[in-house]
Amino acid sequence: MGWNRKLLRVNLSAGTCTEEALNMQWAQDYLGSRGLATKYLVSEIDPKVDPLSPDNKMIMATGPLTGTMASTGGRYTVITKGPLTGAIACSNSGGFFGAEMKFAGWDMIIFEGKSPKPVYLYVENDKAELRDAADLWGKSCWETEEQIKARHQDPLIRVSSIGRAGENQVLFACIVNDLHRAAGRSGVGAVMGSKNLKAVAIRGTKGVAGIKDFGAFMQATNDAKKVLADNAVTGQGLPKYGTQVLMNVINEMGALPTRNHRDVQFEDAGKISAEAMHEKRESDGKRHLVTNAACFGCTIACGRISEIDKGHFTVKNSPKYWGASGGLEYEAAWALGAANGVGDLEALQYANLICNEQGMDPISFGATVGAAMELYDLGVLSKEQIGLEAPFGSAEALAKLVEMTAGGEGFGKELALGSKRLCAKYGRPELSMSVKGQEFPAYDSRGIQGMGLAYATSNRGACHLRGYTVASEVLGIPVKTDPLTTDGKPELVKAFQDATAVFDSAGICVFTSFAWTLADVQPQLAAACEGDWSMEKLNEVGERIWNMERQFNNAAGFTAKDDNLPPRLTTEPAKSGPAKGLVNGLDKMLPKYYEVRGWTPDGVPTPETLARLGL
Amino acid sequence: MGLAETGMTIRVAFKLFASLSDHLPPGSRNNRVELELAAGTTVGEVIARHRVPEKSAHLVLVNGVFIPPAARMTHRLQDGDELACWPPIAGG
Repeated sequence: MGWNRKLLRVNLSAGTCTEEALNMQWAQDYLGSRGLATKYLVSEIDPKVDPLSPDNKMIMATGPLTGTMASTGGRYTVITKGPLTGAIACSNSGGFFGAEMKFAGWDMIIFEGKSPKPVYLYVENDKAELRDAADLWGKSCWETEEQIKARHQDPLIRVSSIGRAGENQVLFACIVNDLHRAAGRSGVGAVMGSKNLKAVAIRGTKGVAGIKDFGAFMQATNDAKKVLADNAVTGQGLPKYGTQVLMNVINEMGALPTRNHRDVQFEDAGKISAEAMHEKRESDGKRHLVTNAACFGCTIACGRISEIDKGHFTVKNSPKYWGASGGLEYEAAWALGAANGVGDLEALQYANLICNEQGMDPISFGATVGAAMELYDLGVLSKEQIGLEAPFGSAEALAKLVEMTAGGEGFGKELALGSKRLCAKYGRPELSMSVKGQEFPAYDSRGIQGMGLAYATSNRGACHLRGYTVASEVLGIPVKTDPLTTDGKPELVKAFQDATAVFDSAGICVFTSFAWTLADVQPQLAAACEGDWSMEKLNEVGERIWNMERQFNNAAGFTAKDDNLPPRLTTEPAKSGPAKGLVNGLDKMLPKYYEVRGWTPDGVPTPETLARLGL
Repeated sequence: MGLAETGMTIRVAFKLFASLSDHLPPGSRNNRVELELAAGTTVGEVIARHRVPEKSAHLVLVNGVFIPPAARMTHRLQDGDELACWPPIAGG
């Protein structure tokens, strides 16, 4: 079956935990994880609800392949209405927590209401109860995980928690599991904090039962693993160099947003690249990178585990950061580095460690620092207002601001609101490099045109993981397209968006799509799950999920004018590289995109489209 | 008379990243080496001269612009060009 067929509903206001049967008709229509949990959310909350009020709900959900033999089948998703954007928030994480939820017998957990005091949810197979978390409040994600394991005398418990950032309702707070994996974007950690929910701790010993055709499933998963192993990207490139290998590629292509997107190439990109992580440091003769790492069931192992320079100014008096820990991944290295002009690899790792420790999205944090540095550069913000000098390129400012933001101190409280609110407050809203309030990731859409459309139409605000056309426009996966033109991009973006919704909803990692297509996923789902899981069905499910998310956002008050990019990207040409002289051609792509989606010129799904998708 | 027979030379930056950096001459720094080449040298010739296996030179850029495999033996480098190569890689 793939699914456990049951969910756990936790009413934090009443302090109750209740078992419910999973809606299996919805599972047939929305698959699992992202799709199925979104269906529950949009059916249960008012789209106009205040994201940080008790009336918002938060769902942690697995997919039918989570916890199974399928490669990368360790993913889970957090679904809620996001406080950073006011749009649907859907943040996906790897590690081991998702599989543990499945092993405990649950497909998803719905949190509603607000606890009158800090609590954590403890789940041991069928048993689920809320426990007092007074002594955990104020602790980091790392301390919380350690203390919960010690309290229950079980080192195999898996924990997802918020740190001080989530408690302080930093609008880009994340939920961290397994120390350095995170449901990272859109501020899902702030929602958890608003509910006084410190952590979810799960111990499951049941395994995954009910695979529809076990023999066929083993064959399908083995075949698919061979595809990953034989592919040069997933079999060799990602395990050895990780996502960070893109730093030099994207810089060379003139698409590396630098200093709040003022520039598209960073002179110090090489110093913060994957290659630099492999080289011995001049300071201590050690390599930054210690090893790679894999999440549950993953046969790619792209994760980075690094060791910071113990003599670096950020940590020389803080031994707790000296051990091997997660990072740097490409997005974090870009946001903490190029986005604000900092070329100090050790400082980036320090900021990344604080983001992991205290539960904060390094993309939105780093990009918001970039906006603040531009405001400082323009004289809009002063040293006195920020509390320190904050010119572009200052590693010292980065290190201090990450502490202040996670801890809710001084100017950190303003950074905690994200770049949209920060720039608006100081009268320069155009300097927020965001869509729908969420900051861009690491690709400048003047040099990679399709990403401009992908960002503008992403249902959770600017994001690379809703429709990663970089795969095609830069890496040639599945086919190479020209990054400097808008031709064919509306169709390309739609195809990536719909397919990604299926990968996410199945419970597997989207990085498999560097080697797999839906045709590799389909046999695995068909063998695991009851029902029709043909290619045609999967394509329809992906499109249905995308339109459902869009409908929620439209009902929440978003319109076509929110499918937009900051004026910098559409009016200020790139200054160097292949895209020199170009702006993003969103206006050439958006009308066609609406058309191929079956939406009106105002970006609303037509009645025919909704009827075709059963919405 | 071909460009190579004119005796004219050009200077090109050749950059090899990730696992391809092993093919750079000893002493190369920052994944790059400056080359002096006969005018008319093609992208494919430079890659072959440094013994980079053809299938490993997956992503090939000249001044940041992708050169498709079929064009590499005919794409002539110009003075001041930056030729950069990567094996099959990806990120996110």
